[in-house]
Amino acid sequence: MIDAATKAALSEAFPPIAWTEFRGDTRAVVPRDVLFEVFKRLRDAHGFDLMVDITCVDYLNYRGAEDRFGLVYLLASTHTNERITLRVFVNEPDLSVPSAVALWEGANWLEREVWDMFGIPFEGHPDLRRILMPEEFTAFPLRKDYPLQGRGERHNFPVLHREDA
Amino acid sequence: MAIDVPENVVVSKLDELASWCRKNSLWPMPFATACCGIELMATGASRHDLARFGAEVMRFSPRQCDLMIVAGRVVMKMLPVLQRIWSQMHEPKWCISMGACASTGGVFDTYSVVQGIDRFLPVDMYVPGCPPRPEQLIQAIIDLQDKIQREGTISGREFATRSRQERKRALVELPVITLPRGASHLPHGMRVE
Amino acid sequence: MPLAAAKTLDDLAQAKSRDYVWTLNFGPQHPATHTTLRLLLMLEGERVVDAIPDIGYLHSGFEKIGEHLNYNQYVTVTDRMNYISPLANNVAWHGAVEKLLGLEITPRCKYLRTILVELARISDHLLCNGAVGLDTGAFTYFLYAFYQREVLYDIFETLCGARFTNSYTRVGGVMYDATPLVIEKIRSFVRNFPKTLEDMDRLLNRNRIFIDRTKGVGVLTKDQAINRSATGPIARASGVTRDLRKDEPYLAYADFDFQICCATAGDCFARYLVRMAEMRESLKIVEQAIENLPSGPVNVGIDERTTLPDKKQVYTTIEGTISHFELVMTNRGFVVPNDEAYGAIEAPNGELGFYLVGDGTDVAYRARCRPPSYIHFALFPHLIRGHTLSDVVAVLGSLNIIAAELDR
Repeated sequence: MIDAATKAALSEAFPPIAWTEFRGDTRAVVPRDVLFEVFKRLRDAHGFDLMVDITCVDYLNYRGAEDRFGLVYLLASTHTNERITLRVFVNEPDLSVPSAVALWEGANWLEREVWDMFGIPFEGHPDLRRILMPEEFTAFPLRKDYPLQGRGERHNFPVLHREDA
Repeated sequence: MAIDVPENVVVSKLDELASWCRKNSLWPMPFATACCGIELMATGASRHDLARFGAEVMRFSPRQCDLMIVAGRVVMKMLPVLQRIWSQMHEPKWCISMGACASTGGVFDTYSVVQGIDRFLPVDMYVPGCPPRPEQLIQAIIDLQDKIQREGTISGREFATRSRQERKRALVELPVITLPRGASHLPHGMRVE
Repeated sequence: MPLAAAKTLDDLAQAKSRDYVWTLNFGPQHPATHTTLRLLLMLEGERVVDAIPDIGYLHSGFEKIGEHLNYNQYVTVTDRMNYISPLANNVAWHGAVEKLLGLEITPRCKYLRTILVELARISDHLLCNGAVGLDTGAFTYFLYAFYQREVLYDIFETLCGARFTNSYTRVGGVMYDATPLVIEKIRSFVRNFPKTLEDMDRLLNRNRIFIDRTKGVGVLTKDQAINRSATGPIARASGVTRDLRKDEPYLAYADFDFQICCATAGDCFARYLVRMAEMRESLKIVEQAIENLPSGPVNVGIDERTTLPDKKQVYTTIEGTISHFELVMTNRGFVVPNDEAYGAIEAPNGELGFYLVGDGTDVAYRARCRPPSYIHFALFPHLIRGHTLSDVVAVLGSLNIIAAELDR
């Protein structure tokens, strides 16, 4: 839920934003090229100083979806208790998105997780490498084309017998 | 033996004595990864006291323990660590797989959870439960003590046989059955992709 | 495990000039790392120059499971995230699901969930502070805390059948209603707990050793806390006055009189004190709630078609029968809008939220958990620079990192 004044100011500054409301959440679909300016404007001019969460949704099997990946940024303001959800849609082959680490340090690990789970590279991220999966893991687990049980990586280890050790 | 007494008599009494000593002073090495770790801590706390059974110190150093209790799910990133700690323990050593996740993978039949540590380690006792109550863990330790008393030898010969290890290994992976989407509240053994 | 070289020291040449910098592996198996997390500490003698966290040793694919289990089955998996206060996770999950469905729960259910979240909060803070005490050497404090947690486990077991990992909530209600025995047990807990809190205070609040080990250690300023997305007791101990129970009241919190506990110092001692104070406030809330528990049904009615109706209705009314079968048959289930929602609560560790994408069926299309422990662990390298090796343990304990929520 955000103030009408904030919404009006943002719509005026960035006309391509599409606004929706659902169950009290205000969502804004932002095109990728103006994303960083929107972030800057929200943080500096409208007081959204808390980056609550960054995540991604893979719309591969979703009915009525046009783009494959939808990045979701949840922001909140500690002064006025407003919340806003920003959504950015990206498609293969060019999946990269500007990183928010320069504005909110809390975005560092959140973006690393999105890279690890979905394979979305963030431009300008200081240290983009895998965080939850092992370094040598090659696939991106939370994509819809990766099976729940995995592709056999979980049992690819040597066996220790009783008389070995 | 100089006198002509069957060798087995003395040695078997020594075996019993050694097993009795070992079973009553099992020092656990808690390899606590997840929720079962909290029940392990609760078993060591004041209400269900594990120290009554000889497990006085929970040493976190593998060099000083004889019983490894794997409590919680083991993920593929963690498995080499687990194997390394197991090989650092001195013999005689035993392993208890506490909880459903350590025994078979539990609720988590996913890409990163090992479906049972007995695929990669020799396990002596399995404790079912999610998480097992402290009383169940204590029962497992008592049963392990019985096992040590029955099978123990002073020289550790019971650890030398590969055939006993083979029998305990987990068997074949279950075949994947795919069902149409929407049949989601069937038992979890049926995969929905 | 191979770890790619991360850029930590500003200049590699600078590193070479500091001969005494060595690396200590604070490995995934360690008594003081509350379960499996790994830190690579670059030490210069005893001082920590830098700390590189390495996590993922308990990553079990919770979010992927969320795409295969329906909304009532997934609550069992949410228990296993922050397993110190599983009821808070259950209430957070179903709060988010009910927000997505647009469902309004009954007053009795709201009060009951509030009571249980506050009891879970007490349980979590007891363990967190107990672990800080244990790691800094105060073993008696830890045993006092654990004994009270056993009393709480007794209450949870009488209510839901399991000591923890309760999976107590359901869409539109809860699993079982609270019986008079449970209410009696909660009342006696409320009567007896303040005495234990006083004992625990007397042990550590003015204890010279404890204060020396925690005061001034791991200081987090208010601006850094907000910039690094800290929430919960960690942010409140740094002066951020944000608590979802007061800022965005949910469940029945608007009816109760309680205060938010904040501190300004931002060090480990402040976090310890904030948690002790929060336990007292939670006890006040439980006391008020248990005296004013509204009567009435605890699950929503059969018109919403989301909870299993009780058997009398199933056997005697046609709506009951239809509702029962709609929920149980495989190609039915309840209808969820094709949209996305985010629902959060003030969990003991911080803001715990679930971002749900519904696709019409009763299985979530995407169930994302916003894990407070994950975000707080990213604070660790910032907090520990310049402190000694023994402070690592104190800081790690005060951040309340639960590995299952960290890795999911």
